[in-house]
Amino acid sequence: MNLPPELAQIQKEIESHAISYGLDFFETHFELLDFDQINQVASYGGIPTRYPHWRFGMEYESLSKGYRYGLQKIYELVINNDPTYAYLMKSNAIVDQKLVMSHVYGHADFFKNNLWFAHTNRKMIDEMANHGTRIRRYIEDFGQDVVETWMDHCLSIEHLIDPHAPPYSRYDPRGRPLSDSHQPTQPPRGQSGNQRQYMNRFLRQRSRSSQNLSTEQSLATGQDNLPETPQRDILLFLIENAPLQRWQRDILEIIRSEAYYFAPQAQTKILNEGWASYWHSKIMTEKVLTDSELIDYADHHSATMAMSPGSLNPYKLGIELLRDIEREWDANSKDIERHSISSNGTDPVITGKQKIFEIRTIYNDIGFIDTYLTESFCRRHALFTTSIDPKTGEHVVDSREFGDIKRLLLFQLTNHGRPLIRVHHSNHANRGELYLVHQHEGVDLHIESAHSTLRNLQAIWKRPVHLETRVDNEGCILSFDGKECAERSLSSTS
Amino acid sequence: MTVSQYRRIDRDHSRFRQIVRGKIKQNLKKYVKNGNLIGRQGQDLVSIPLPQIELPHFRYGPNPTGGLGQGQGQPGDPMDGQSESGNGNAGNTPGAHVLEVEVTLDDLADILGEHLGLPNIEPRGNKNILGQRHKYNSIRKTGPESLRHFRRTYRAALKRTLSSGLYDPNRPVIIPIRDDQFYESGRPVPDPETSAVVIYMMDVSGSMGAEQKEIVRIETFWIDTWLRRQYENIKVRYIVHDASAKEVDSHTFYHLSESGGTRISSAYDLCLRMIDQDHPPSEWNIYPFHFSDGDNWGGDDTRRCIDLLEHSILPRSNMFCYGQVKSSYGSGQFKNDIDDALGEQERLITSEIQNRDQILDSIETFLTPGF
Repeated sequence: MNLPPELAQIQKEIESHAISYGLDFFETHFELLDFDQINQVASYGGIPTRYPHWRFGMEYESLSKGYRYGLQKIYELVINNDPTYAYLMKSNAIVDQKLVMSHVYGHADFFKNNLWFAHTNRKMIDEMANHGTRIRRYIEDFGQDVVETWMDHCLSIEHLIDPHAPPYSRYDPRGRPLSDSHQPTQPPRGQSGNQRQYMNRFLRQRSRSSQNLSTEQSLATGQDNLPETPQRDILLFLIENAPLQRWQRDILEIIRSEAYYFAPQAQTKILNEGWASYWHSKIMTEKVLTDSELIDYADHHSATMAMSPGSLNPYKLGIELLRDIEREWDANSKDIERHSISSNGTDPVITGKQKIFEIRTIYNDIGFIDTYLTESFCRRHALFTTSIDPKTGEHVVDSREFGDIKRLLLFQLTNHGRPLIRVHHSNHANRGELYLVHQHEGVDLHIESAHSTLRNLQAIWKRPVHLETRVDNEGCILSFDGKECAERSLSSTS
Repeated sequence: MTVSQYRRIDRDHSRFRQIVRGKIKQNLKKYVKNGNLIGRQGQDLVSIPLPQIELPHFRYGPNPTGGLGQGQGQPGDPMDGQSESGNGNAGNTPGAHVLEVEVTLDDLADILGEHLGLPNIEPRGNKNILGQRHKYNSIRKTGPESLRHFRRTYRAALKRTLSSGLYDPNRPVIIPIRDDQFYESGRPVPDPETSAVVIYMMDVSGSMGAEQKEIVRIETFWIDTWLRRQYENIKVRYIVHDASAKEVDSHTFYHLSESGGTRISSAYDLCLRMIDQDHPPSEWNIYPFHFSDGDNWGGDDTRRCIDLLEHSILPRSNMFCYGQVKSSYGSGQFKNDIDDALGEQERLITSEIQNRDQILDSIETFLTPGF
């Protein structure tokens, strides 16, 4: 593309090496940007055509500041899209560009082949540009403040989706796949819901004959206590059931569809980064590195893989696990060959390379860690859990037990380290109030942000909202009724 | 995906800055009260911690179960070099950090001004015109080629070509002739340069405690910020006094703890000498501020102070502000005395500061007249 000839040549070379190793990716475009452009693109999560919102400006401010003070520098940025886009920083040395390109081909292969990315929209750059256009139009029609306030409400609950759900259940009842860019001119809701709901609403409206109560409101307070089973995709629930205007629903749908697009990237951090690091290391050391670049490469590679004493580096964890598995399976297959055990043909011998390709296809981080993190690995890499010493307030080494480490790691990965919250009732207390339940896993919620988030949720649902959780081992309900926050203990009320 | 689209960030970024400004304005009272902006100044930037600007999410609170680490050490050992935030994010999603944003002191002054509804200060007279500037703000038909106004010239030439029928759409070349030329022209405009001196006086007698000094420190920071916004050249001088007065530098001013009696007139004497020697009122806008707990020694001295103010200092100053900080020892009589004697003088402004909450009110009292 617009790469200078030298880089274009390098890209061609690295691409052919990647293919020869068996990597499989969409056409990959690199763009050369200066640091400020990289910061801008990164502020938009890599997609500069996204909708306007101040949080991207906030991101930009902190990225620029980090760069200016020399605290951080964005090395690589890859977009899951067909064609795959990646950005290179102009000021990087050639050896860095080689490293980044090799790394990017690892990601590109992962995006295309990993199961958890299968449902993502491969034309998301275009799709997000459409989202941007739609939201800009709403801003023109309804005003900056109105739209921005609404987006703030929606973005506050953007994580309340169900990233572990199999893709087919993510389609909304109108039978459209999420990724479709639907026009805001959708049919009125009555015609799209199921018959019974429609009739209920109709009858209720007649019996009440109240003109000032909007049809949406009456649905929200309808007798049906939705959902039938607790639902994790709260955004979908709101899209279907909250009293929304058309543009408001459209924005909520935009935010939900982008949340689903980004979710797999958070779900596969360790595996994806490990996979890309594995390949940049292989391509660099076996193929493209020149003698004079060796020291710089080793320096930058080890900086990426560095483990500071107190934190876990997903790049390092991922690459080490993959290499471990490859070694193990290779050793195994050699054993099998040597003793010619497997020749009855039912189980083909799998080599290490085949095994890690299989892993990159079917696992996300949770499955990967759950299946392949072994006790000997933890011991070899000196992993431990930490806790805070109540006396000194310092972080101290807590445990080196394999069970503890694995449990903690899995807990961190579950739901991206966010609390699990489901919607249980939409007609709580028979007053159309929304009732959510936090599935408590031993860690309390951040109460202050929970209250603020409930405010935003209430602004969408319009009726009072409740969140059942546990605080200090005691059941408790946080509520917001549109005027004030309340917090009451569960035991005293029931 | 062309580079031109990337500047979209400007809109979101300026929107973010706008929100930041709004937040600062909203929380101004809190920032003023805590005094936590002072000491955060860079050259002309202040960085302000803004905890609530991020969108709230349901997230885990501080995690009692800790995080994951790698390295040496036995259970119970502290992790070296990891005294703060050493763990990864064990269910402790980011967001624990406080966002720090930077605003310029000028912006901060504007925010203060908007919050309190302060008028811009009108410098006295026009005695301080120091320079002239050339400003291009009109058009004429003659001038040097370097100042040719391209757009107007082109427009005139295009009009002429069209109306004379010489225009050829296939070969749309426009050649201006002498008559079509327009030139920018300008004239010198007076460039008022005003200079101001602020003289801070503080009572450091035994009855002014640490809290009182802190209040003075916070208040002077904001007054400084505002006045610096109003004047391009500003000079600040500091006087401390107990029974006698001396000029000090700003560090000493805020950190000195002396004890002893109080003779306010000593400070006023020194202030007057300073004005007469270095800052003639014909060239300077003069702002003396005096902070005390109002416990002067003896009625004679107070009478002398009133005399100095009325006949010497007030006529020379834009305004004279007296802030009385409440202390458990001070009688607070001085404010009553000068209010009684000089209450009708509009250039004298007095205010009483009971505690930190009233700093902003006091600033408002001082700066609202806009002299």
